[in-house]
Amino acid sequence: MTNIHSTAAEMASALSKKEITSVELTKAHLDRIAEVDGKLHSFLHVDDEGALAQAAEVDAKRAKGEVLSPLAGVPIAVKDILAQKGIPTTAGSKILEGWRPPYDSTVVAKLKAAGVVILGKTNMDEFAMGSSTENSAYGPTQNPWDLTRTPGGSSGGSAAAVAGFEAPLAIGTDTGGSIRQPAALTGIVGVKPTYGGVSRYGVIAYSSSLDQVGPFGRTVLDTALLHEVIAGHDERDSTSINAPVPQVVAASKRLDVKGMKIGVIKELSGSGFQAGVSARINESIELLVAAGAEIVEVSCPNFEYALAAYYLIAPSEASSNLARFDSMRYGLRVGDDGTKGAEEVMSATREVGFGKEVKRRIILGTYALSSGYYDAYYGSAQKVRTLVKRDFENAFAKADVLISPVTPTTAFKIGEKSNDPVAMYLSDIATIPVNMAGIGGMSLPVGLAEEDGLPVGLQIMAPLMQDDRFYRVGGTLEAALLSKWGKPILSNAPDLAVKK
Amino acid sequence: MAAISRDDVAHLAKLARVEMTPDELDHMAVELEQILGAVKRVQEVATADISPTSHPLSMSNVFRDDVVKPSLTNEEALSGAPAKAEDRFKVPQILGEE
Repeated sequence: MTNIHSTAAEMASALSKKEITSVELTKAHLDRIAEVDGKLHSFLHVDDEGALAQAAEVDAKRAKGEVLSPLAGVPIAVKDILAQKGIPTTAGSKILEGWRPPYDSTVVAKLKAAGVVILGKTNMDEFAMGSSTENSAYGPTQNPWDLTRTPGGSSGGSAAAVAGFEAPLAIGTDTGGSIRQPAALTGIVGVKPTYGGVSRYGVIAYSSSLDQVGPFGRTVLDTALLHEVIAGHDERDSTSINAPVPQVVAASKRLDVKGMKIGVIKELSGSGFQAGVSARINESIELLVAAGAEIVEVSCPNFEYALAAYYLIAPSEASSNLARFDSMRYGLRVGDDGTKGAEEVMSATREVGFGKEVKRRIILGTYALSSGYYDAYYGSAQKVRTLVKRDFENAFAKADVLISPVTPTTAFKIGEKSNDPVAMYLSDIATIPVNMAGIGGMSLPVGLAEEDGLPVGLQIMAPLMQDDRFYRVGGTLEAALLSKWGKPILSNAPDLAVKK
Repeated sequence: MAAISRDDVAHLAKLARVEMTPDELDHMAVELEQILGAVKRVQEVATADISPTSHPLSMSNVFRDDVVKPSLTNEEALSGAPAKAEDRFKVPQILGEE
């Protein structure tokens, strides 16, 4: 029987066979949200009315025998950084509290056109700056595996919603790991597509040369189905790739890696990674070998500089992007008492409207771009970006895909790193190089760490526009793990529902 | 590289149009010093012979046809305005008093 614990593909199949209606499925998820979101805080806004109306529309179309897209009627949660017409969109910031965009982002428009039912907007680190959702102006999200831990970030609300069975699918954004890291920490699948693979139109910009929208799901196939709904060229995004979307659904069903060369990145293994994380990664490597893949070791010596470069490039771009929040045309305005000038009102509004981490990055970016320091900081960081790209090119000359852990540790405690920005930044050490080079990457749950029983994610990376490769490897490994475990990883997570 | 002083942070905050309390300035100066200490590692490998990368894809200018299309109505465009008057955004004075 189809229920909230089914996969999106199962839900889609039951809908098309008319075993269940989209209204029933949507109601079941809204009930689940009402029951558990007080504990998880995955959502910033739940749109009961809009979701049910959208579901009813899909049901009516299906009753008339209209041809519908594969995910029509399946619910989804959307990160609160994507504009949705008439629905509050805050990016986790006080400066946008109460703002209702007058237009849809391209991704939201595509979801609506495909009949994917939008349940609501999910919590996130303010303007996607963070790795734990603790930087949300509206309070942190809790990890469904352990409510005292973070689900990661910045797309932590989306990840927790999917892992907590509040939604079978979700949309996130990934600038330095913000889809892959929370996917790893909550035991679900998350994909950062190749840069330019999914439109950024209507996505509130953090670091424009790194930001990318991507899908979350509980299985590789679900994630691929969503990927194909949201990907594709958009003339409203000048960095959108004008080429066919990789066939990721077909790739995730191939279940075969015979003859593929899989590169293990020397610099992203061993010391620096929690023992239980490394153990699960090594086990995955053995399963891939058993499935017929060939393992090669590759070296990426410049990756150790990627984190430093990221924390110059991203804040620099952010300091420019966030200049648009000037209190003039939309969003918060503070101190406009008729006596103050525009600049004073602007400064007062930004003081109140931005949180600590956002201010920190704006100031850091302003510094890195200021004359006299530009070459030493921003310029040097851009050169490191060249070196990271070269490392990937050399590695992909020897291997079809590359693998590493997604994160150095499993989910950390809420509050554990919130007062130490540099320690928090280190949680993205393995994910950042991917954004620097613009390639795509997947986080696949590969088991639980022995020492704490929390999920571990394997990162699978492919060259630019070859996203189908990590779906192929991910699908094959997922099937091998499932047959080993006998049940999905999330069946080990605690039941959050109140016992009746 | 020169250490970053509290006055430097105050100047940067002014440039970025973010007011800061004295307490915030104190903290930010210390944190920025720490972060800069960590990120200046990029200088170890950024030698003169390496060209910078500003973007992952090598794309040149992207153009579209210059065709008039429907856009937001005046009402929609003003829907989020903190203040409006006569179908326009109303803003605090931009130039000083005459």
